[in-house]
Amino acid sequence: MTNIDVLEDKKDKLIAKRYSKEKRFILFGRLAISLTIIFLTILLGSIVLRGISGFTTTTITFDVNLDKKLIDPESTNDKKIISSARWRKITRDSIYNVLNEINLVMNGEVLSKAEQKSLVRLFSRSSEYQIKDIVMDDLSLIGKTINVTLPAASEVDQFLKGRIDQSLPEDDRPLNNIQISWIKHMVDNDMINRTFNSNLFTKGDSRNAEEAGILGALMGSFFALLICLLISFPLGVMASVYLEEFAPKNRLTDVIEVNINNLAAVPSIVFGLLGLAIFLNVFNLPRSSPLAGGLVLALMTLPTIIISSRAAIKAVPPSIREAAMGLGASKMQSVTHHVLPLAMPGMLTGTIIGLAQALGETAPLLMMGMVAFIVDVPQSITDPATVLPAQIFLWSDQPERGFEEKTAAAIMVLLGFLLTMNALAVFLRNKFERKW
Amino acid sequence: MFDISLYFIFLLGLSSYYIGKNRAKKNINLITETGGLESHYGMYLVIWTILPAFIFYLIWSVISNYLIKEATLGSIPNDLLPNNLSMQKLFLDSIIVVAKGGSSLSKVPEISVAFYQNFAFYSTLGKSISTISISLISFFIFYKKIDSNVRAKNFLERIILVFLFISSIIAIMTTVGIILSLIVETTKFFQDVTIFEYFFGLLWSPQMALREGQVAAEGSFGAVPVFAGTFLITIIAMALAGPVGLFSAIYLSEYASKNTRKIVKPTIEVLAGVPTVVYGFFAALVVGPFIRRTSESFGLASSSESALAAGLVMGIMIIPFISSLSDDVINSVPQSLREASFGVGATKSETIKKVIIPAALPGIVAAFMLAISRAIGETMIVVMAAGLSAKLTANPLDSVTTVTVQIVTLLVGDHEFDSTKTMAAFALGMTLFAITLILNIYAIRVVKKYREKYD
Repeated sequence: MTNIDVLEDKKDKLIAKRYSKEKRFILFGRLAISLTIIFLTILLGSIVLRGISGFTTTTITFDVNLDKKLIDPESTNDKKIISSARWRKITRDSIYNVLNEINLVMNGEVLSKAEQKSLVRLFSRSSEYQIKDIVMDDLSLIGKTINVTLPAASEVDQFLKGRIDQSLPEDDRPLNNIQISWIKHMVDNDMINRTFNSNLFTKGDSRNAEEAGILGALMGSFFALLICLLISFPLGVMASVYLEEFAPKNRLTDVIEVNINNLAAVPSIVFGLLGLAIFLNVFNLPRSSPLAGGLVLALMTLPTIIISSRAAIKAVPPSIREAAMGLGASKMQSVTHHVLPLAMPGMLTGTIIGLAQALGETAPLLMMGMVAFIVDVPQSITDPATVLPAQIFLWSDQPERGFEEKTAAAIMVLLGFLLTMNALAVFLRNKFERKW
Repeated sequence: MFDISLYFIFLLGLSSYYIGKNRAKKNINLITETGGLESHYGMYLVIWTILPAFIFYLIWSVISNYLIKEATLGSIPNDLLPNNLSMQKLFLDSIIVVAKGGSSLSKVPEISVAFYQNFAFYSTLGKSISTISISLISFFIFYKKIDSNVRAKNFLERIILVFLFISSIIAIMTTVGIILSLIVETTKFFQDVTIFEYFFGLLWSPQMALREGQVAAEGSFGAVPVFAGTFLITIIAMALAGPVGLFSAIYLSEYASKNTRKIVKPTIEVLAGVPTVVYGFFAALVVGPFIRRTSESFGLASSSESALAAGLVMGIMIIPFISSLSDDVINSVPQSLREASFGVGATKSETIKKVIIPAALPGIVAAFMLAISRAIGETMIVVMAAGLSAKLTANPLDSVTTVTVQIVTLLVGDHEFDSTKTMAAFALGMTLFAITLILNIYAIRVVKKYREKYD
């Protein structure tokens, strides 16, 4: 072998090494990207898998005997008397009778106390109130036997969705053997059905998983976002108009600009501290109210809106301003009549994106007391309320199994809203964006 | 809050628009001489009708609100007045509740209630009458002024400019508000706890203050374990997000085809749009239990709340920050540098490693710093997945606590606002704000400088 061959050989090896390094580098890049996409898939997948069943619920259909003697023995038709009737007994008696209906128990045979308790546990704890509400709406039902469809207890729901492991020892399960056999019989007799979970969208929070809904949180989020929009949009637009069109180049303007950029990166929880100290303790705004929460969100959204609005104003070519001023408009008129309308789609896009961020924000609202167990749906901006992400946070802490799918379902609703808002922003941008 | 005088000035303002406009129409010379429009005169009159009266209304409200409390406090018979200042405030609050027609548990002196009601009545009456008269007077004065060829347009534009300026000041006011509220509470905190103890103390256990003046309520406020927990979780997050984000950015900007980029970039960005509470749920219910099961199968003790779970999920959350910021930076490295490197025979990866990364380094460092500041300030993931106990540990499978978790646990729920516990939360907030501010200012400055360098 000559020297040259050795050198050639070395060179080939070196080149091969360099190329394999190149390949490895590309592999790392691909790996990083696939890893990111896998993370995203697992994140969304695990939530959908858990949450999709939260949109359905289990109901039990059974006969309720509205015994006149127990409700209104003297035929007064007085709502006060009827509302304080022995609804629990009426409900329980009808529930004990359920087993007769499906011929599991011979007529006359009496259940033991423990069996009665097990049976009642299959029904929602709210059953007696719902039966009462049905009667209060239609007093002519008193004395009749009506057929009602009420939510089953959350455990029954979870069992039928396969989330309760039957192989566990009986004591470790939320349902014992006899309850499971009853459930199976009731399913065979078409007493138990899966339906759309309308409670999820029509009710406020509840301690019972089968009764809990997100309407209260949705209304809270709506009010808070309304406040946020009403404050941050005008302020943001006005501030960006000033900074882009009128601000002199001086120190103050520089300070404002640096300030806005920094505010956009301040941790959200610090805004919560600000809200707690200023809005709640100095201005004495009502705690837990969408008003106070919305104000904090407005301060957080402001930098986002200002930054995107300024970009939108910058994109309007100077020739538009010059043409307006050439026709005798003042600077202010050229801005309000020409620049602002042209920049509006861009500003709206930024605002929607800012609002979407505000909708998903939780931490500062924790500080404002917007994580509380609130059953009533808020009616105004000063009522105590919670917001959708805070509701998710609250539910994720609940030990009861039924809340897990509720939490994931609520997350799906939240993500749905965010998706819609972002899609709207993209649509606006594509539809109105102009290339000058 | 909205009483009749506000409705009045609002209605008067509304009608004054048309009145002003008509007035301007009749004055033929006005428009040609001043260069304004008729509507400018309408708005001119509206502003003068509403603004002074409204400002007067606000000032009166604030002052009377302060005076009424002081005066009512003075009206309380001496033998009933509590000694303690915060008790006085509570007592006053219950008097106000009773005066407004509510009921209170504690017995309140009727003389003060009557005094409060009287004061409130006359104050509101005086406020309404003077607001309405101010509004009327300034309406008539400036209605007359329209005749004397006043330049309404210039005036209007100056007013608008003032409003524009004020709204751009709001951003500064927010920062000032943040700093003030943090500083006030933090200085109070450092009257109870020494600065040395806070920054170097090894025990963090803020006790629940069950009763006022309870001796056992004095907690221990050494923040080192809290900082250590924050640090541990941030390191875990950056260990995941740093390489993954950087390599994604490099691949997307240097190797990927246009079509791949078009699909993959928005997909990664979806991660940035997912609310943090969703990541928290994911960490607490999916990653946490998974890590516990895995480590138990290796025979390692682990709790379901672990620094690893919170850190990894936080890492996933900040991948898009690093990747999109680094992507921008790498893209702004001039093409000529790449071509020069290819020209001397370097492969693509060699060009990236030896030329592009060094050229983009300041920007990449800035991106990392922004990501770190994001990780330090992130709240929901750690609240839901990291735990509450302040332990000084480097074991990622152990549960640790962070600055943000402590702020939340100290402040959520009802307790007295002025206890050391709540002030400790503000001290932590101050620390957090200072650290993130330094990181942000530095990063923003570097990015700005960097852009100028290559533009």
